[in-house]
Amino acid sequence: MTAPDLQDAPANAKKRHRFDSVQTNRERFMKTNRMIAAAAVALMLGGATTTFAADPVKIGMITTLSTGAGYLGEDVRDGFLLAVAEEGGKLGGTDVEVLVEDDGRKPGNGKQIADKFLEKDKVEIMTGVIFSNITPVVVPLTMKAGVFYISPNSAPSIFAGEGCNEDYFVASWQNDSLHESAGVYANELGYKNAYILAPNYQAGKDSLAGFKRYFKGDIAGETYTKLGPTDYAAEIAKIRAANPDMVFHFLPGGMGINFLKQYSQAGLKDTYPLVVSTASMDERIMGAVKDAAVGVRSTSHWNLAQDNAANKKFVDGFKEAYGRNPTVYASQGYDTAKLIASALKATGGKVLDAKDEFRAALKKADFESVRGEFKFANNNHPINNWIGQVVEKDADGNIVNSIVEVVSPNHKDAYADKCALK
Amino acid sequence: MLLFFEQLLNGIQLGVFLFLIAAGLTLIFGIMGVINLAHGSLFMVGAYAAAAATEWTGSFALGIVIALIVSGLVGILMELVVMRRLYDRDHLDQVLATFGLILFANELMTILFGRTPLFLNVPAILNGAVEILPGVQYPLYRLAIIAMGILVALILYVIITKTRAGMLIRAGSTNRDMVAVLGVDIALMFTLLFGLGAVFAGFAGAMAGPLISVEVGMGEQQLILAFVVIVIGGIGSVRGALVGALLVGVVDTLGRAFLPDLLKLFMDPASADGIGAGLSSMSIYIVMAIVLVFKPSGLFPVAAAGR
Repeated sequence: MTAPDLQDAPANAKKRHRFDSVQTNRERFMKTNRMIAAAAVALMLGGATTTFAADPVKIGMITTLSTGAGYLGEDVRDGFLLAVAEEGGKLGGTDVEVLVEDDGRKPGNGKQIADKFLEKDKVEIMTGVIFSNITPVVVPLTMKAGVFYISPNSAPSIFAGEGCNEDYFVASWQNDSLHESAGVYANELGYKNAYILAPNYQAGKDSLAGFKRYFKGDIAGETYTKLGPTDYAAEIAKIRAANPDMVFHFLPGGMGINFLKQYSQAGLKDTYPLVVSTASMDERIMGAVKDAAVGVRSTSHWNLAQDNAANKKFVDGFKEAYGRNPTVYASQGYDTAKLIASALKATGGKVLDAKDEFRAALKKADFESVRGEFKFANNNHPINNWIGQVVEKDADGNIVNSIVEVVSPNHKDAYADKCALK
Repeated sequence: MLLFFEQLLNGIQLGVFLFLIAAGLTLIFGIMGVINLAHGSLFMVGAYAAAAATEWTGSFALGIVIALIVSGLVGILMELVVMRRLYDRDHLDQVLATFGLILFANELMTILFGRTPLFLNVPAILNGAVEILPGVQYPLYRLAIIAMGILVALILYVIITKTRAGMLIRAGSTNRDMVAVLGVDIALMFTLLFGLGAVFAGFAGAMAGPLISVEVGMGEQQLILAFVVIVIGGIGSVRGALVGALLVGVVDTLGRAFLPDLLKLFMDPASADGIGAGLSSMSIYIVMAIVLVFKPSGLFPVAAAGR
């Protein structure tokens, strides 16, 4: 109805109105008809393609793309898709279709997406979860459906020991070992007294336990913070009062950025040096705090400057494709894809039709990892060489994370012996 | 004792920072009667604008000025396009619409700036720490935030109680129709008021930028605390927001600082750490519940006749 209609006599307006609505109905009917026709054509075409080409292997990726930790999932996804793009949409010579969905760091979302991927989309491989509060929801569902799960990041202890599973693989590290290596590095640096802090949730508690398992010195103080707080003034004052040799924390993503900014403003960065794991000191954190990161030591299984052919190809390819430096998360996404590719190549593209062969091929891990050597322990978690790094300012004024030394070679996680797998 | 004093100061500083966010929220919520969940998005806009402008101009002061202008303009645009349609609607409609705005703002920031947190550091002039008491070093920038908070409180006080515009704002909040009948362009007034609230949110974001990660979704974390503050203080009362913010800041900080140690007096250390951390994150909500039991409309209830 246009405005002049309203100025007509009421009776007239009513008549017109009815006429209008009849016309709209007819239009709507025609539109519906056209839509059905289009849908039918699309269905026909769709059916045609599936008849002639082999179905691609479907890979479901549940990851965290929103919230302050969104860049973790973004990098895992981009690293994974880079490996797929290198082969022109294939992995190991087989066509793959990667379905990506955002879990928003919420276990409930993770469950919904997992149900959809497993029941509706019929994926054959699952991957992608970043946070350890979502893994315990997604992995059992995947195992129940008889589908493979290959983790590019989170690996909580419950699936590493007695709860290990032959169809569950981890391409990154076991959660604890990430922090155990920081404990080893702290010993190496000669620190006798550490203040440790982490958010008050399962992965936070695991991190402090991991650090303490290997750190030989005393604990000057231990603090659990809220998950995702923005103000650390109270904690920083407590650190100063405790007067430790060093500080270890597990504050990944935005939390680490907040802490570092405030820690360096309080002037404590050089007085109480930080030794952390790579989760609390990645390329994006360095970019967001710049000078405040200089001098921070960390341990990682991968470094941007790691000297091997696979890593060179990965770093150059990533920079060209996305215009930024890859983080450790991107390297893990890329490795996950390469691991899957090696197994697909061995089975000629079969996954659930040849589960035993696919599983055996995964376990062999016959691929060039960007971290150098890659091998699985009996519990399908990798045995990593942990390297110590320090953040420095190079001659051009760039902030770089330099390799110092290998601090914990062939580091097997603490749970492998409890796993019944061979 | 020195540690206690330092933690108290940390609490006051957190409180003042919360006041910066809550001031705009309480103005909009109390006077215009709109629940604006997107207030946190305006906070984010301010921080992003400050970070981008500081990077571009090389001056933090200029970055702040640009952040104020940008967040004010975004606020006015938001009022004209969305909020204007919500005044006569149910609170639920307002919550839905402004929640939609949060999603929209977060996605837009991701498209514009990507997911990498932006860099924004303390300006050189405010870097470093000063000795406020013998043996207590305090970061200069945090002192600057306290000063800014007091300044904002004064400005708001003067605007609302001493100026003609403030008089109209107060009148408009009590009886909107009557003010309109008297010949005041109430629609324009609300647009400007919303813009003012946005400027405060943007200012808080810009000031927070050097302290916290400038990232997508940074506003939502603050928003919850800001709502606690204005509920404690009394919705619509700027004075209430100030008192509520200080209360929340001090309780939260002292809880985090001393609760675990306090519990260790009669518990084993491991569980004291866990329970202490849990209790201290609940502390502000416990305070809110206690305040609401005795003062259901907050510490400084605003008379809301005729609405």
